[in-house]
Amino acid sequence: MERDSKKEARNYVWEGAIPLQIHLHQSEVTTLPSPPPALILAPRIGYLPLLVPQVKPFFSSALPPGVDTVWFDYKGLPLKWYIPTGVLFDLLCAEPERPWNLTVHFRGYPANILTPCENEDSVKWSYINSLKEAAYIFHGNCKNVMNMSQADQFELWQSVMNAGNLESYLRVSSKLKFGIFGDTFSLRLNSSSVKSRERAELDAAGTVTSGRIPVRLYVWSIQEDFDNLEDAPSFDSWDKISYINRPAEIREEGKCFSLGDAMKMLLPEIFGDKASASGDISKTEVEDYLKLNPEEASNIEGTKVMAESKDVESCNLSKSAEIKLLRIQGIEPKLEIPFTWLANNLMNPDHFLHICVYVKVPELTTI
Amino acid sequence: MNFVLLHYLLLKGGRDATLLLFSGLGFVPRGLVLQLVEGYLCLQNILIPRGTQDNCCDEASANNSKEEPCFDGEDDPIDNATLVQSSDGEAHYYDFHIVYSNSYRVPVLYFRGYCIDGQPLVLDDIEKDLPANSSKILTESKWTFITQEEHPYLNRPWYTLHPCGTCEWMKLLYANKAPMVKGVPVDQYIISWFSVVGQVIGLRTPLEMMRS
Repeated sequence: MERDSKKEARNYVWEGAIPLQIHLHQSEVTTLPSPPPALILAPRIGYLPLLVPQVKPFFSSALPPGVDTVWFDYKGLPLKWYIPTGVLFDLLCAEPERPWNLTVHFRGYPANILTPCENEDSVKWSYINSLKEAAYIFHGNCKNVMNMSQADQFELWQSVMNAGNLESYLRVSSKLKFGIFGDTFSLRLNSSSVKSRERAELDAAGTVTSGRIPVRLYVWSIQEDFDNLEDAPSFDSWDKISYINRPAEIREEGKCFSLGDAMKMLLPEIFGDKASASGDISKTEVEDYLKLNPEEASNIEGTKVMAESKDVESCNLSKSAEIKLLRIQGIEPKLEIPFTWLANNLMNPDHFLHICVYVKVPELTTI
Repeated sequence: MNFVLLHYLLLKGGRDATLLLFSGLGFVPRGLVLQLVEGYLCLQNILIPRGTQDNCCDEASANNSKEEPCFDGEDDPIDNATLVQSSDGEAHYYDFHIVYSNSYRVPVLYFRGYCIDGQPLVLDDIEKDLPANSSKILTESKWTFITQEEHPYLNRPWYTLHPCGTCEWMKLLYANKAPMVKGVPVDQYIISWFSVVGQVIGLRTPLEMMRS
């Protein structure tokens, strides 16, 4: 039973797709009448540049002469091609738009905003890189990915490319020995009901871990409140979104590590306790530094460091920040869901869990 | 990761470095200054003169070169901004940012180059600016290669020394000393890291850092 439900979840993720209505940018239309938009079903786990072979035939007769440098935009915002299509949709469309109207460009690549994407190889390289990073987070090294045979690499990429063959993907990726995520609480809870097959799966994976989970968070902090998604303010710049590429670390606290716990850990400045984030530059370190170099205080940009120790407990930020929306694979999970379940079932083929969050933060007050 | 000490030492060594403290949300509310989640270290506007590349690494011409602090016992800070480039080659400016990678748990170097008019440099031009033996390091080592990626905070494409090999060569560095890199104090780690990475990009590590 357990096994079947996991397979079901994976299938759903793999088969998830977004209907796109792609328009050629006006400046590139050289025919009259302008070509109608292309209607394409894009896999959630895929990437926009991979759709070009499907899209181009709709427009090739209308294009001006020249070399193609393909890029997409949504309401004027150039889309980052290395972010999976489903994640872009969940993030940029507060109220899901069906079909999702995008504009394609074949000229004028905005190289000052987007990293270059020449062709399918660029996307493949970016995918493999993410996979390496996930492997590093999981194992502490990238060996498994770097030592993949050419044939395996090819098969893996083919299966991911257009969400083709799930079986083939599973076969190759299992060689990478990612195993499954588990925290001891969930395992204990499940052990009584675990069928022998599931136990065998655990043993075969060999690496049930309660360590770090690769997560990519896309956070949009909004100051104005809104009740309906359609009233959500739109944004025209990636600067308004914080991209947080930080592994979630499961803390064993004798209870299930939930999605809410993970969010507190990943965004401590909004949801957590002041002292909970690891790796912070501590207050005393900054103070010591300033004692050595009082003239450096002005160099520390964007901040006003107070020489006397201030009472940061008086800050109310964490009490009034609120998650307005949290989406993973188009789903809005409850915060009580065990985080490891989400990681195991909703991750992308790059083994990252991509989470889109809209957070309402209080107005900033100037001192 | 504590960049504060590296910042301090770089400043002492005559580098005009800025420590940018950055909260994960893209803003640092006043009054919450000390709730820093991450920070990164910037070295901005380093001038690398073209045409005198071979001289740059030569201590004898320390007076001419722009980014080298004086090593000969003195501690004069050099003001990068005002020295004038005497060669007839066009000057290139570089910004270096050191950011901590949570995934790889190592510092990562991001950099970009541009001409005096702000026009960005492509990788081919940048490679010509790197020290002569650095391109050798880059092509021969499987551990250091330059890729173009989005700066994690600035939302723009920057060049970076890919971090996946960092842990490995840092371990080599410490092979004779501490049994595990984990046992090394963070400050020392980051200085060692910088001493290797600095060579690739042509920034000399002030001797002061090594002594302290």
